Amino acid sequence: MKKIALSGLLLSLLTACASQTTKPVAPVTPAADASATTGKPGTAASAEVDPLDDPKTGLTYRSLYYALDVDVIQDADKPLVAAHAKYLSTHPARNVRLEGNADERGSNEYNLALAQRRADGVKKLLLLGGAKEGQLTSVSYGEEKPRNTNHDEDGWAENRRTDLNYAK
Amino acid sequence: MILRTLMSFTLLLLVSSAQAALNIQIIGAGERQIPVAIIPFAGEDKLPVSLSSVISADLARTGLFRLVDPAGKAPHQPAEVNYAEWGGVEAIAIGSVAAQENNRTEIRFRLLDGVKQVELLGQAVSGRDSQLRYIAHRIADTIYEKLTGVPGVFSTRIVYVNRNKSKFKLIVSDSDGYGEQVILDSDEPIMSPAWSPDGSHLAYVSFELGHAAVFVQSLVTGQRKAVASFNGSNSAPAWSPDGRQLALVLTRDGGSQIYLCKPDGSDLKRLTHGDAINTEPNFSPDGQYLLFTSDRGGSAQIYRMPVDGGSAQRVTFEGGQAFSPRHSPDGKGFVFTYRNGGRFYIATEDFETKQMQLLTDGGWEKRPSFAPNGKLVLFASDAAGRGILSTVSSDGKVKQRMSAQTGDVREPMWGPFLNQ
Repeated sequence: MKKIALSGLLLSLLTACASQTTKPVAPVTPAADASATTGKPGTAASAEVDPLDDPKTGLTYRSLYYALDVDVIQDADKPLVAAHAKYLSTHPARNVRLEGNADERGSNEYNLALAQRRADGVKKLLLLGGAKEGQLTSVSYGEEKPRNTNHDEDGWAENRRTDLNYAK
Repeated sequence: MILRTLMSFTLLLLVSSAQAALNIQIIGAGERQIPVAIIPFAGEDKLPVSLSSVISADLARTGLFRLVDPAGKAPHQPAEVNYAEWGGVEAIAIGSVAAQENNRTEIRFRLLDGVKQVELLGQAVSGRDSQLRYIAHRIADTIYEKLTGVPGVFSTRIVYVNRNKSKFKLIVSDSDGYGEQVILDSDEPIMSPAWSPDGSHLAYVSFELGHAAVFVQSLVTGQRKAVASFNGSNSAPAWSPDGRQLALVLTRDGGSQIYLCKPDGSDLKRLTHGDAINTEPNFSPDGQYLLFTSDRGGSAQIYRMPVDGGSAQRVTFEGGQAFSPRHSPDGKGFVFTYRNGGRFYIATEDFETKQMQLLTDGGWEKRPSFAPNGKLVLFASDAAGRGILSTVSSDGKVKQRMSAQTGDVREPMWGPFLNQ
């Protein structure tokens, strides 16, 4: 699948610059692929490959996107969160940081609160899916760390986001 | 002749660079402008700062004054003023400077009433070169107050954040944007700086610990401390008018909740509950109420609640959203950011009439704060995609834009009067 191949490429780019950035790179809207691939997150685990790094598992998608001023997880993203919850429950040594972001519309403080609510919402769903409290940290960057610095709809859409940032 | 010795002042911040960090542009003007003439002071051409230029620029920025060109006339003593030559000029400032020991300069200035042909006031001040801009701002304050009856704010300071790619600087400057001083340099975001009421400390949010945490920093010693760094976000610090309490926002207990604590972070007391966003608290000047932003009604609006508990009342009722409330210094109303139709406006509202007044034409305008005399509002806006500082008179008539030379200027707040 073309998108899967793309995400594999992005992942290798991510690995290449992992020392400089803590941001997972997955700008492709994850919904469709996630639901198509999350049926077997554990099966790809040949001895060496962490399913997290295996494009076939869907777990390389680590960003959720939102509508303006909304912190509710979109239905299409729920399978993705469920897949990560399952991975975390079967990999209790792994920890993930949930990083909420907002676009720049609204006050900085309001956006900080909104993005915290986005991250906290993902944390809640991961807990429901079997992850443990100790594996999860939720933080907010508000509008302060835009991935896309354009002041337009496309830029804003990319910045309304929660990233799942796994500790190395 | 009265020579009052003013200002054996201690500058809280000792280093002052004279470089022009911001370019200033004035838009609009007040309806009635008082004609004044600021004569270059005798001997000021030997100083690193042109006192009369700083004073003139301060007065011009308010929109309340028309600066009359001296056209070559250069009186420095009252006896040298030929009032007949200054027809229609209501106030004339004259003065002189003289070198003293220890690299100090004495500045003598007088303000003359051009109509009544009498001296309105006279002052002698002495200071070092690094204090000359401040002295000029103080003289401008004196002139402003004498002619308008309202204390001037030219010698007060402002704080803001400069973002240049992923470099963040917390900056304090004079009210005219000169004398920039970097208070904090960081690779992580800084936001929400707030002045203590005496101007000696700043509280702000820094992400240097990996999440939003509230810091308090002394401008006198430079010492700083993380006063709130609980799980989640710690943000939106606001000082009580007596400086003994901070209001701030924590998410550690779910939702964004407003708490009170001491400025060292101790004695936390929770004020709000529920799942909604509650943020941007701001104390009333009497310390009895907090204004804050909440989306509890479905969209972001401004609410007001007693500091010692009790229910919150919604105070903004327009369509759209409202953010970032700040009381006016007289406590009769507040300024806030109003968003509607994709545009952000600076607006005020009076508690009694509940009438919203838009001060600006809208665009990208955020985080307003009043000057301590209530006559001007400082806010963040943009020009060509870059964040800049702007001011607007509290009646909306005079606008001023200050554009930094590099980076985005964000999150401004006007500082308090400094007691000498």
